[in-house]
Amino acid sequence: MNKFKSGYIHSIETMGLVDGPGIRVVVFMQGCPLRCLFCHNPETWNKQSDMKMTSKEIVDEVRKYRPYIEMGGGVTFSGGEPLFQSEFLLEMLQMCRKAGIHTCIDTSGTGYSKEYLDEILKYTDLVILDIKAIEEESYKNMTGKEMDEFNYFVDKLLKNNNKLWLRQVIVPNINDTKEYILKLKKYIKKFKKVEKIELLPYHTMGKEKYEKLNLKYRLLETPDMDKEECKKLQELLNK
Amino acid sequence: MNEWVGFKGTKWQKNIDVQNFIESNYKEYLEDDKFLTGISSKTYKVWNKCKKLLAKEAISGVLDVETFIMSGIDNFEPGYIDRKNEVIVGLQTDEPLKRIVNPYGGYRMVKKSLEAYGYHLDKELEQNFKEFRKTHNDGVFDAYTDEIKKARHNHLITGLPDAYGRGRIIGDYRRLALYGADYLIDQKKQDLHSLTDISDASIIQLREDVKEQIKALELIKKMCLRYGFDVSRPASNAKEAIQWTYFAYLAAVKQNNGAATSIGRNTTFFDIYIERDIEKGILTEEQAQELIDQFVIKLRLVRHLRTPEYNELFAGDPTWVTESIGGMLDNEKSLVTKTSYRILNSLNNIGESAEPNLTVLWSKKLPENFKKFASKMSIKTHTLQFENDDLMSPIYGNDYAISCCVSALKLGHQTQFFGARINFVKVLLYALNGGRDEITGDLVIDGIDELQGEYLDIDEVLKQFDKVLKKTVKIYVDALNIIHYMHDKYAYESSQMAFLNTNLEYLMAFGLAGISIVTDSFSAMQYGHVRVKRDERGLTNAFDIEFDFPRYGNNDDKVDAVAKNLVKRVYRELKKLPLYKNAVPTLSLLTITSNVVYGKHTGATPDGRKSGVPFSPGANPTQGADKNGALASLSSVAKIPYKDCCQDGVSNTFSIIPSALGSDEESRIDNLVKILDGYFNSGAHHLNVNVLDKELLIDAMNNPNKYPNLTIRVSGYAVNFNKLTQEQKEEVISRTFHEQV
Repeated sequence: MNKFKSGYIHSIETMGLVDGPGIRVVVFMQGCPLRCLFCHNPETWNKQSDMKMTSKEIVDEVRKYRPYIEMGGGVTFSGGEPLFQSEFLLEMLQMCRKAGIHTCIDTSGTGYSKEYLDEILKYTDLVILDIKAIEEESYKNMTGKEMDEFNYFVDKLLKNNNKLWLRQVIVPNINDTKEYILKLKKYIKKFKKVEKIELLPYHTMGKEKYEKLNLKYRLLETPDMDKEECKKLQELLNK
Repeated sequence: MNEWVGFKGTKWQKNIDVQNFIESNYKEYLEDDKFLTGISSKTYKVWNKCKKLLAKEAISGVLDVETFIMSGIDNFEPGYIDRKNEVIVGLQTDEPLKRIVNPYGGYRMVKKSLEAYGYHLDKELEQNFKEFRKTHNDGVFDAYTDEIKKARHNHLITGLPDAYGRGRIIGDYRRLALYGADYLIDQKKQDLHSLTDISDASIIQLREDVKEQIKALELIKKMCLRYGFDVSRPASNAKEAIQWTYFAYLAAVKQNNGAATSIGRNTTFFDIYIERDIEKGILTEEQAQELIDQFVIKLRLVRHLRTPEYNELFAGDPTWVTESIGGMLDNEKSLVTKTSYRILNSLNNIGESAEPNLTVLWSKKLPENFKKFASKMSIKTHTLQFENDDLMSPIYGNDYAISCCVSALKLGHQTQFFGARINFVKVLLYALNGGRDEITGDLVIDGIDELQGEYLDIDEVLKQFDKVLKKTVKIYVDALNIIHYMHDKYAYESSQMAFLNTNLEYLMAFGLAGISIVTDSFSAMQYGHVRVKRDERGLTNAFDIEFDFPRYGNNDDKVDAVAKNLVKRVYRELKKLPLYKNAVPTLSLLTITSNVVYGKHTGATPDGRKSGVPFSPGANPTQGADKNGALASLSSVAKIPYKDCCQDGVSNTFSIIPSALGSDEESRIDNLVKILDGYFNSGAHHLNVNVLDKELLIDAMNNPNKYPNLTIRVSGYAVNFNKLTQEQKEEVISRTFHEQV
């Protein structure tokens, strides 16, 4: 009998329409190595949750939605950080590939186990890469971690030549400037197969969750990012 | 005939066969919406006048009532909105929005509704009517059994059409346009002539009915002459085809006040005439759109006089002028024409509105362009509903239409006997309470054992549940048999039946309210360990559930199978009993807005719902119970069997916030198309779609003046949000709005 790997899941959202193309089942995986200032899902930080599932259970769940996801949609592994459970993730990606389900990972490019990374990228049809910052110091301020791991991931990504969506959260007083956008524009030139670049306006809807979890919210003074301003920056980036 | 020059096919020329006429002549349209035009100056003027009248009506609820004349096909002087700018004419009475008194269904209802709005019927007319005329309502109550009365009184069976017009009949109004009244009269005379076997009362009844239909057709000719049109002959161009069809419908709503009086499936039929005129060079695209816009305006003005209690059940003054659009001809070709686009384009030209109830018959094979356009209009106006053509056409053929909200019938060949619904939750509660009503304490169903013990034992409950169900179904069937016998006798809809075959197939439309609650309650009993609390009368009034249990709406087979088995069980019971006119039973999961009133009259339930809390609408999962996202919720509903079970329709209302549907308009349209494709490919029947922010509705609830035209889809129809009661508004807002995590 085949023994399937199991892992920790935060939740499964059956109808994701913005995390990848088409209609997608989004598997929110538990655990994240980063502690981003703007994070609105702090409940996914811990490595463990009370929802442990096997890869087969999850892929079976995804399969149930075939009539919806087979028309240009698929599955998106998000989180938390899906790479944080690399071996488990890889098994699910392989099973999806075998079943003909389009796969996407929504990742910060950190938290992986190196030995699985090549295989993971091989079995991923689309990577949604969340760029936290593009310079060492601001990266560390934003995420609490050094940038090496992210840089290594980017190198692998360039070698594997995966299809990419890039995302960057725009936070007032941190990166909401034209200068930053122009730098970002330059930085992302190295990615060749980018299908979409999205600037996401920071919002404060995650605040309450921190209170519930007894965690300190570190951007108390920061307002929501103005959506119109963010749009302007997006235009600048697209130009 | 001259009027038919240029049309192909012969079968339809020999016998009444509109379907064959359409098949032989229509032109499928595969391109996009770019050909559409805006509002004409005439339409603009007419609609402007209407808008003023509608605003006035919104303040008082009723603009005017005709109190000197009663309902009838040719009882009213012609009426106009703006005569020189109206290209399609005809109103129910001599003034727009002036309502008709129709006492044949029941006099008390008329009196109550007149009083509610401060009107009085002409004294002499009232006296004469009451003295000389027995009504449908009188007849029904003469024949009702004590069991039926008790079940009604305790809200076990509600909304029965025993005091108002039953509706649900769709005359094939196109017949007047294609054949003209004289031909139809000839055909009916031939039918009458052949009904010679008088050995059976049903033949006598049918002979009388057919004669009534002939009289109705004669009256229709007279009514139309008042407007200056001779409908004894067929329509000779597009304008006449639309006008004739509308006249035939108009006769129906002058004579009857049926709860739902749907108009059928007309766009492809009209398109044939429009195309012929455009080819001849006698009609432009602007004029074609103008005809459709003005036809739609007329349908928006249909009114009936109702009591405030009626509005509680069916909020917002609905008339269910349902028009079915699209669908497939066969496996390859769709019935989509340019006029399918034009009628949806009316929503651009004259704004969103609850009526007509625009229903898109969806097939996976519909032209992609049309799918996108329909989705675009749905997102923009929240006034469309979608029903699965791939599920219905194998049963009803390619010329069926939706009556009321979700109920298909073969045009011209079938009609429905409307039967409202049972409060299914009470069936369960009676099983827990020895057949007594949990609110009134009345013994409604006898022979039910009292349950013992602190905890609910599912097997014991099921045993009693089955007994209650059997007896309830019997009472329900008895009631509907009586109602439709009496309706035929005292309030026969001759003007509608005149446009149907003489030998009809009848569908008796039964319904259930509260499927999600009963399902979740059984799941709670199975997995949750439910402890009962009883009041001093020994009746259940609260339940403690000790463990979490799976709920309907999460795509969990454990509980979804319960829902499936429950409806099958009900249908099995229905099939056992003989029905009036040998009707075939059908079943719906549909509540309209009555889910609020049902909840109000229903005690606490084992799923944890408190006494008085609204049911979820139709087949929707209980508000907030669907926790695994929209696809899980849709998938649960899709498991309810349609074919050979819930063929009267399985209504699902789906609300999603715009930002979750996609990041821009184009992706929202694409995604909605995919959702509909996926939902219907998995065998589901019906979907109302609202793409709205919850905050918008809350704002509209607090500031109604800011949103005079805000229309939303509720169970099976669209309604102007402001016309809902406060409780109904709150219920709509409490529904699950799917959003992105």
